[in-house]
Amino acid sequence: MIEAIGLTKRYGRTVAVDDLSFTVQPGRVTGFLGPNGAGKSTTMRMILGLDRPTAGRVLIDGKPYAELNRPLRTVGALLDAKWVHPNRSARAHLRWLAKSNGLPDKRVDAVLEAVGLTQVAGKNAGGFSLGMSQRLGIAAALLGDPKVLLFDEPVNGLDPEGILWIRTFMQNLAAEGRTVLVSSHLLSEMALTASELVVIGRGKLITQSSTAEFIDRSTGNSVLVRSPQLFKLGPLLVDKGFTVRDGADGALSVSGATSDQIGDIAAANGVVLHELSPQRGSLEEAFMQLTGDAVEYHAEIGK
Amino acid sequence: MTLLAVERIKLFSTRSPYWCSALALILGVGLTAIIAGTTENGQMSIGLTQFGSSQLALAVVLVMSALAVTTEYRFSTIRATFLAVPNRISALVAKTVVVAFIAGVLGEIIAFGSWALAKVMSPTSDLAINTGAEWRHVAGVGLLFGIGAILAMAVGILVRQTAGAVAILLVWNMLLEGLIGIIPKVGVKIQAWLPFQNANHFLALGGADAAEQPGAGIDFKLSQWGSLAYFAGIAVALLVVALIVAKRRDA
Repeated sequence: MIEAIGLTKRYGRTVAVDDLSFTVQPGRVTGFLGPNGAGKSTTMRMILGLDRPTAGRVLIDGKPYAELNRPLRTVGALLDAKWVHPNRSARAHLRWLAKSNGLPDKRVDAVLEAVGLTQVAGKNAGGFSLGMSQRLGIAAALLGDPKVLLFDEPVNGLDPEGILWIRTFMQNLAAEGRTVLVSSHLLSEMALTASELVVIGRGKLITQSSTAEFIDRSTGNSVLVRSPQLFKLGPLLVDKGFTVRDGADGALSVSGATSDQIGDIAAANGVVLHELSPQRGSLEEAFMQLTGDAVEYHAEIGK
Repeated sequence: MTLLAVERIKLFSTRSPYWCSALALILGVGLTAIIAGTTENGQMSIGLTQFGSSQLALAVVLVMSALAVTTEYRFSTIRATFLAVPNRISALVAKTVVVAFIAGVLGEIIAFGSWALAKVMSPTSDLAINTGAEWRHVAGVGLLFGIGAILAMAVGILVRQTAGAVAILLVWNMLLEGLIGIIPKVGVKIQAWLPFQNANHFLALGGADAAEQPGAGIDFKLSQWGSLAYFAGIAVALLVVALIVAKRRDA
């Protein structure tokens, strides 16, 4: 479990992370979501003890990172796949990491196997493609068989196959009961990967909730209804307390109701339905709406 | 011990220490070869065998040692190191010990290699190492390299980038300390307290070659071993500052 309490990081007058508190539970993938520059990476560096918080603290299973004994056995992290010496082989990179935390060399072979890099283990990491570097970074994170895993934008720049591989990999790790925190600036990606979300903007916590709840809440559900008997159905829905508006092509747009409820009402009153479809705003729209005020570097769109 | 093994793996799994060691060896022994080759047979002395090691090869070792740290910052492997070993001071001390040890061994190899080569090239010269001063002049090179490595790594930790650290070390060692002697009256007095001048003083043989040795003409206040201790003290003090800075700042 990861626990951030009032985490704050200032660089001079710029506040990168502002009084951020959240928890990350084991057994599920938690998405760490926010626009670019929201403070996701800074927060992750503070979790890992690389950056010193200006105020507040962050605990991993109740302890600050610096107090963990042989930390790679507790926490695995992939912050940047390029944190390798380009002229050092993949195996040598993992070997020194393993040695530093008293892990046997056979763990090195095991993680190379797990990420599918056994064939190129003797090659210099500098010659790796982005996808291969990313796999090496994940191998390093898995080295100590840790209970807690952190990934910073792991799918950035990957091809669809690589994205699918990482997504499945993270879900499997969580299914094994581990704590998995994954950052991203793409809600659509997180909707597929994470079951829990911590959303931040400009260093501040916007919300922490389950992904489904976040999407439902932020996209504002409505249901499109088409029927030759709308004159009859409309007032019935209004009586039930739903908001009814005229949609396109003479259809009705009903908000506050599920399609099930509307269907039941129609059947009970003998109304013929031609279409009954839940409408969902795009995830991006919802995300923009929520974090719109919290984007650090604005660009005016279409003005 | 684990951390020493870690740093050893890191150092020897990249190419730069091999290249730097080879370069130091070639330059150090090579200069002695040129000196021995151009000195009349029978005129070669122990005082002439260590110019290559104590001046030229030392500069290469300073660069090698700084690189051991700055490349870690350059490729952010220092962050991977601090993730694996959150106690930054032990991680950096382990690295310093490994690099300083290698530099010391390299220094001995180059010093005795230069001496042996001079002996082969100039068989009639008196190159026997008899006195304590002569032993110090040859075997002391390793100590100088080890301490120099500590100083260079301290600069590397503080500056964090290769170009800056290398520039500082080379200008300091090869130019600045010598040029200060040009300042009238006080220059020589200041030089008596500069680290690399004291390093030279430690090696100085005295006797007939005194005027040709580096550091000649400076009125040192310390004994020769005192000068070595002074050089070591400055290197360690700089390292302590570097470690404190590295512990406090964001990686």
